[in-house]
Amino acid sequence: MLNENFMRVLTIDLANLHSEINERADLHEYLGGVGLAVKLFDEHFLPDREITDSCQPIVFACGPMSTIFPVVTKVVAVFPSPLTGELGESYAGMRLALAMRLAGLDAVVIKGRAAKPVYLAVSDEGVKTKDAAHLWGLSCEETGRILRETEPGRGHRSCLRIGKAGENRIAFSAVNVDTFRHFGRLGLGAVMGSKNLKAMVIYGDRNDRINNYNEYSKVYQEIYQKVVTTDVMEKYHGVGTSINVQPLSEMKGLPTRNLQDSSFEHADKISGEAFARDSLFRKLACTGCPVGCIHIGLHRRAFDDNYEYEAVAVSYDHELIFALGSFLGMSSQGKIYELIDRVEIYGLDAISTGVALGWVTEAFAQGLITKEQLGTEVAFDNLEGYLHVIEALVKGENEFYQTLGCGARAAAEKYGGQDFAMTLAGNEIAGYHTGYGAILGQLVGARHSHLDNAGYSFDQAATLPGEEELVEGLIKEEKERNVLNCLCICLFARKVYDRDTVIKALGSIGINKTPENLTELGERIFQLKNGIKQKMGFKLQDVKVPNRFFETASLNGRLNREVFDRLVELYLKKTV
Amino acid sequence: MAKILKAPGINKCIGCYSCMLACARVIHKSFSPRVSSIQVRSRGGLQSKFAAHICVGCIEPACAAACSVEALTARPGGGVRFNAGKCISCGACGKACVVKVIHFEEETGKPVICIQCGSCTRFCPHHVLAMEERDHA
Repeated sequence: MLNENFMRVLTIDLANLHSEINERADLHEYLGGVGLAVKLFDEHFLPDREITDSCQPIVFACGPMSTIFPVVTKVVAVFPSPLTGELGESYAGMRLALAMRLAGLDAVVIKGRAAKPVYLAVSDEGVKTKDAAHLWGLSCEETGRILRETEPGRGHRSCLRIGKAGENRIAFSAVNVDTFRHFGRLGLGAVMGSKNLKAMVIYGDRNDRINNYNEYSKVYQEIYQKVVTTDVMEKYHGVGTSINVQPLSEMKGLPTRNLQDSSFEHADKISGEAFARDSLFRKLACTGCPVGCIHIGLHRRAFDDNYEYEAVAVSYDHELIFALGSFLGMSSQGKIYELIDRVEIYGLDAISTGVALGWVTEAFAQGLITKEQLGTEVAFDNLEGYLHVIEALVKGENEFYQTLGCGARAAAEKYGGQDFAMTLAGNEIAGYHTGYGAILGQLVGARHSHLDNAGYSFDQAATLPGEEELVEGLIKEEKERNVLNCLCICLFARKVYDRDTVIKALGSIGINKTPENLTELGERIFQLKNGIKQKMGFKLQDVKVPNRFFETASLNGRLNREVFDRLVELYLKKTV
Repeated sequence: MAKILKAPGINKCIGCYSCMLACARVIHKSFSPRVSSIQVRSRGGLQSKFAAHICVGCIEPACAAACSVEALTARPGGGVRFNAGKCISCGACGKACVVKVIHFEEETGKPVICIQCGSCTRFCPHHVLAMEERDHA
């Protein structure tokens, strides 16, 4: 809590609609964010119950610098992942960190299951649990609109909501945050759905005073100037993350057609530059971020003759263009926009949806699944087939779709094609086929995300690391990112927030830490997460890595499974 | 001629709230954008455009006219000067404001008044905000 030596934690039990605030001095050393959330998750996790039990906890946490320093915008969610069956961790920005700060909350723990659909209105005046029968079944957008008109706090509130995918517990459903951001990956939407929790609105009026104005203002201005006047963050604001699409394709690092290829002949049509030129119409920012990396494209759709059009505003990024674009062979921006729009309406995770559709396409082509099961035919670059599959998936239309709703790994285990179901430990892969670093990084990362340790960037270094160096580098980077994630700094700003800057920023708001303190914190969280994952039954050596990774040339050429297995062994040795 | 705050580039706004954080920080010594005199809001959710709710710098300010203790007085060039020491937290200024942008600090009941200092403009990354002379009386 700002200006205090404790963490203010709100715990809500949906089973009995009871809530309480605790001021936890013992948790202050975790700083906030992922450290605080993982510790609270560990306290509330029920090891004797199934991971998918609706009574398992969800924890949200912001950090001590959230909103009050530039680009410190994130809130972390920690939860049991129905997709991987282990620890779920996801980040979202927009207004959520601001809203938590104004409500005076460092963390929110949600336990139990409501007897019927509800939504939560959380503020500095308490928690209200409200009937959500009228919202159940609505899209993320319509739910947001109704809550915007019926709940207070305009301009400073945040609204989290799930769509039909979360309600129907699709294992890779997301949570929409303030229209254009998401808690994606790993199925937080399904966890909310299992609790009968449709939405949560957070707002408040808290006014935290600045104790050391001169010091704080000086550090704030230094960081602000670094962010807006240097080129450290320019790529995120200019073309945006999708600036990677074309060069990755040219270097054979862009997963294409279910990773049958690593370069895409239509990359020039769906590159970040092409999107910017043809349909980008505005950029948005999370609260407190002067960069504004959220790229919104205008998608125009003809619905009748005589020049009848409707238009939708759709947020795009590298990962969406990869997963719903090159990975499915989509040759136009319009087709990608259609898929993103559908994913948004239902509240699915875009990456997992695209990667699962990639497996569906190839499994259908090989005769592992039939037209009768699918209710349609699918092929790369065929939009109509994919739209049908997404709708049937969300509805859970038949046994096949119910299995697919558990993720690509589960579907391949049942129907075959495990060598081309592109998942790592159950999580669908990110958009970088760059080399051993990318695969190993996602495999060993705590949440199996490319963002755990940025393995893909090791593959693109001027000098490639040796095997030992790569493994040690991934471990070190993951621990370092644990520190940044305790502070909830957007990882796009990781080069702005070097260790000295972090220490100065914390010092200016009365939190005095040494570099050693922070290193020790990163290490402790690394161990804590691994301990929880073991409690959940995760064993790295049991994970099957699809052969496809070793069949399709990567940015660093064809990869060798023996080398990869050696890297995994090395990792296991170094983390015992 | 003294300048007043305007938002000529509002269509370029990315909604980062750096302006509000600057006003809260520099003027009110607060971390909370709730106490900023500039309030950026979407016009109807984040799919819509932003609007900057700012003091429009009246030459004959209704808020000052409504202030019975002269805490608010007309400022040459537009807008008002605010003497917080004289303010009795009666709320009359907020009711009188013609564009309804005066809001109140919850703890003190005192109005959050734009003093046309331009701090917010210095932290706008997209040149949405500017200090300009009033172009009509």
